[in-house]
Amino acid sequence: MLKDADRIFTNIYGIEDVGISGARARGDWDDTKALLDLGRDKIIATIKESGLRGRGGAGFSTGMKWSFMPKEVGERPHYLVINADEGEPGTCKDREIMRNDPHKLVEGALIASFAMQAHAAYCYVRGEFFRETEALQRAVDEAYANGLIGDNACGSGWKFDFYIHRGMGAYICGEESALIESLEGKKGQPRMKPPFPANVGVWGCPTTVNNVESIAVAPTILRRGAAWFAGIGRSNNTGTKLFNISGHVNKPCTVEETMGIPLKELVEKHAGGVRGGWDNLLAVIPGGASVPVLTKETCSTVLMDFDSLKEVRSGLGTAAVMVMDKSTDLPRAITRLSKFYKHESCGQCTPCREGTGWMWRMMERICDGKATADEVQLLEQVTYQVEGHTICALGDAAAWPIQGLLRNFRPLVEVRIAGQKPQQAAE
Amino acid sequence: MPKLTIDGREIEVDPGLTILQACEQIGIEIPRFCYHERLSIAGNCRMCLVALERSPKPVASCAMPVADGMVVHTNTPAVHKMRKGVMEFLLINHPLDCPICDQGGECDLQDQAMGYGLDHSRYKENKRAVEDKRMGPLIKTIMTRCIHCTRCVRFTTEVAGITDMGMLGRGEHAEITSYLEKAVDSELSGNVIDLCPVGALTSKPYAFVARSWELKKTESIDVMDAVGSNIRVDTRGAEVLRVLPRLNDEINEEWISDKTRFACDGLKRQRLDMPYVRKDGKLQPATWPQAFAAIRERIGGLAGAKIAAIAGDQADCEAMVALKALMTGLGSTNIDCRQDGAKLGRGFRAGYIFNSGIAGIENADALLIVGSNPRWEAAVLNARILKRSLMGPFPIGLIGEVKDLSYSYQHLGTDPAALKKLLSGRSDFAKVLKAAQRPMLIIGQGALTRPDGAAVLSLAREVAEKFGIHVPAKSWNGFNVLHTAAARVGGLDLGFLPGDGGRDVAGILEGAGNGEIEAVYLLGADEIDISRLGKAFVIYQGHHGDKGAHRADVILPGAAYTEKNATYVNTEGRVQQTRLAAFPPGDAREDWTIIRALSDVLGKSIACHDLGSVRGMLVEANANFMRPEETMQATWGAFGTEGELSDVPFHSPIDNFYMTDPISRNSETMAECTQAFVAPKQGKTGTHG
Repeated sequence: MLKDADRIFTNIYGIEDVGISGARARGDWDDTKALLDLGRDKIIATIKESGLRGRGGAGFSTGMKWSFMPKEVGERPHYLVINADEGEPGTCKDREIMRNDPHKLVEGALIASFAMQAHAAYCYVRGEFFRETEALQRAVDEAYANGLIGDNACGSGWKFDFYIHRGMGAYICGEESALIESLEGKKGQPRMKPPFPANVGVWGCPTTVNNVESIAVAPTILRRGAAWFAGIGRSNNTGTKLFNISGHVNKPCTVEETMGIPLKELVEKHAGGVRGGWDNLLAVIPGGASVPVLTKETCSTVLMDFDSLKEVRSGLGTAAVMVMDKSTDLPRAITRLSKFYKHESCGQCTPCREGTGWMWRMMERICDGKATADEVQLLEQVTYQVEGHTICALGDAAAWPIQGLLRNFRPLVEVRIAGQKPQQAAE
Repeated sequence: MPKLTIDGREIEVDPGLTILQACEQIGIEIPRFCYHERLSIAGNCRMCLVALERSPKPVASCAMPVADGMVVHTNTPAVHKMRKGVMEFLLINHPLDCPICDQGGECDLQDQAMGYGLDHSRYKENKRAVEDKRMGPLIKTIMTRCIHCTRCVRFTTEVAGITDMGMLGRGEHAEITSYLEKAVDSELSGNVIDLCPVGALTSKPYAFVARSWELKKTESIDVMDAVGSNIRVDTRGAEVLRVLPRLNDEINEEWISDKTRFACDGLKRQRLDMPYVRKDGKLQPATWPQAFAAIRERIGGLAGAKIAAIAGDQADCEAMVALKALMTGLGSTNIDCRQDGAKLGRGFRAGYIFNSGIAGIENADALLIVGSNPRWEAAVLNARILKRSLMGPFPIGLIGEVKDLSYSYQHLGTDPAALKKLLSGRSDFAKVLKAAQRPMLIIGQGALTRPDGAAVLSLAREVAEKFGIHVPAKSWNGFNVLHTAAARVGGLDLGFLPGDGGRDVAGILEGAGNGEIEAVYLLGADEIDISRLGKAFVIYQGHHGDKGAHRADVILPGAAYTEKNATYVNTEGRVQQTRLAAFPPGDAREDWTIIRALSDVLGKSIACHDLGSVRGMLVEANANFMRPEETMQATWGAFGTEGELSDVPFHSPIDNFYMTDPISRNSETMAECTQAFVAPKQGKTGTHG
């Protein structure tokens, strides 16, 4: 269990003062100039050494991502884009940061921008996050008023501006290239890669897109050192992580914990345990709607980090743990997710546009007991026909929950097929 | 150069190519829907997926640039499975109404479904239906068939330069639309029909007319403007059913204008299919001998100076060279091919052709347009200018009418004074031209058909010489005359111009009015002021009962451009040949044969017996005719004459893009386009004439 001294987000519940004085009291903006004085290479090297992996879901090394930006600024300016379009079902970590600890994000943005030689950062906030935008804007205004950002950020001589851009509520705009399109004022549709944003990003300029949490933890890593961060968790899965636990638990919560904490410990220590006790557990989706669902057996042993969850053919994703007890109609729950992906598909590329609707309709019929046995097989084939064949990862995200269901809970599906009486999920 | 392995074959290709292009180089065909050579890459159909070693996911070969050491597989069971999967997705919501679809037989989806489709549908849900969109008189839409490849959207934005089309909605509900349900207002809109890989966008005039396999396809040349677009004429029996573009990177790439494509229904209306002779004030049907006899009777004894000939805008070179020979035989020097009175043709050839070539626009780095509206005078050429301006910085200055040309330009003035000011070097744009490495000037007929046309031409030459638009040392000649008539450059090359003491069009009309000209031979000439022909005896040879035919005393029915093997020279000076796709209707004949036969009757026989010998006459008149399909650097020298400049603003000769010649004037489709696109702009309502 994470020691209080190792906590990065010390005001994640908003108990203390959210404003600049409170933030300063918690150590934010403490001699930020000294951090900038480390120099670009040292900052990037420290982040790399810390083993910080992107907190948006894909888990790519943040330091590595920063190092992909061109070393010299050419004719085109560099930009940092912060992805605060937190739309993954079950996920509510970035909004807590923006609401209760926004100065960490602003300070992190300054440091990351400095390291990548960007003079401007754009924070793309999900449209529904109205209060969060207000809170973030207040923090930005305070930072400007105190000379922490602006023409001479923290007295370092570096010019840095922070802009907030509000989205319009499309899930797909959380995909980095769709986010860039949307930021440019176009329809939010993912772009083809290559070229990657580090080469051709927002307005055709080198751009790095990072998740809010990845940026917000950077100042603390630099203050406390890469070794401190790397010392928490397992190798290659280091540091602390904000977990969101929701669903059939006694105390749903957001909590910062060690990467690699056992799932069972996470649920029992922080969320008050599964409703009706651990034995009443049916399934857990460990990382937001997009990752495959896990059985109780797996949940009893699995560790909550990127590699462990990958081993059990799921993923850490955004670390939004959705707990479902035995009262859950699991096929129906997954059907609801399918409907979500069908609704949020941008419609640009064929497998996702056509496949998400097809999968959802088949799921509906299966749930309604109107499907035949070979249709379950067909459904499975269709998920593999979508997965990996699309421009962005939404196709994968739509396929994985169904694959997880069919892989781990096939009997629950098969009892629904035509000719068999629909019955409540049983062991 | 990167080396990569495709299906076990190691190849070396140019950097910057995509995997799909590399595959094509070694003859491996990759199925695709959204990818098109001339449009930006969308990568959305996912049909072109290939397996790439060391890549966790398959890649879209149309978008993935080649890199050294890549190992690509295009023919493994896994790749086939992917393609089958994508094909299944494309088909689940496709109506599969091929039997009633006009795309049937030339449908990409149909063809590729043969290779990658399943033999039955596994989709048991209801299919999606999409409401059809109104896109004007040319494009018929059946949007349920759409596979969202966005080729049409990319074409309209990138080539046609309009933003009328796009995709609305998302996911399953994404729809291609013209947003406001309005007609797609572009002179190139018909190309989306060719681009559409399925039957979502088809030709409205051609709807349910024919199946592609029933048609005879003839490769030919367009004569609706002076661009000389390469076309394919599709016929069934004697009927021209449609016109499609043919590839020619030098001229039209792969596009044709809507007039080129859709005016062909005009070939079926108001045709002259037998000779007529005016008797008792009325045109009466006649036989060829009767018509020739009537001509011999009237002009047999006339002095040459009293006879004149005017060649029209679609006259072919063979007919013009024959007519010129006949007129010479009759002792007349009153011949002219410039119906509009353009002050061109005297002096060096560089003074009347589009010297840089149409493809040369892409090499230019600054452009000055004088007295032209290229969007209406040469729509395909205008697309090339847009293409160039999208390639990178390309300052464009315009002297003339302010029109929406689909790209932005700087307006420098409306009359010759602006050109004069530019020459003095005082304007900002003069500096732009000065700084440019390969500046270009396009001068249109709007600047040359005026009374001071020769002086404007001379001024334009001075501008060209001063600003490096023509630099012999760099072998760069950006001095370009944009013609509007398909016959014009050919006529000028053949010297179909007034000889010593001869009259030009204005002189002929004046002479006809005051009785000094007693007989006028109109070779398809309809764009002159017919009312000024006075009492002259008018012979009209042409294919349509248009203005000229109404005034004629004898009508000799000729062939339209789809009905003859004829030579035309485009505005670049490129010699090209049309081919006979259908025979002329009734008694109508190929034009040079009529003149040849008439010359016998008049006792002034022309020495030619077959097409070969007429073409020999062409070469004799101008050696350029020896090299069809080519353009040659024209010698630079003096052209134009200095003189008084008027302050009348330049005005493009084309007021209605859709109706410029006898064929398009008789086309129902073009009439609908005029109603839909031109009339609203001129503030006309449905109750106007």
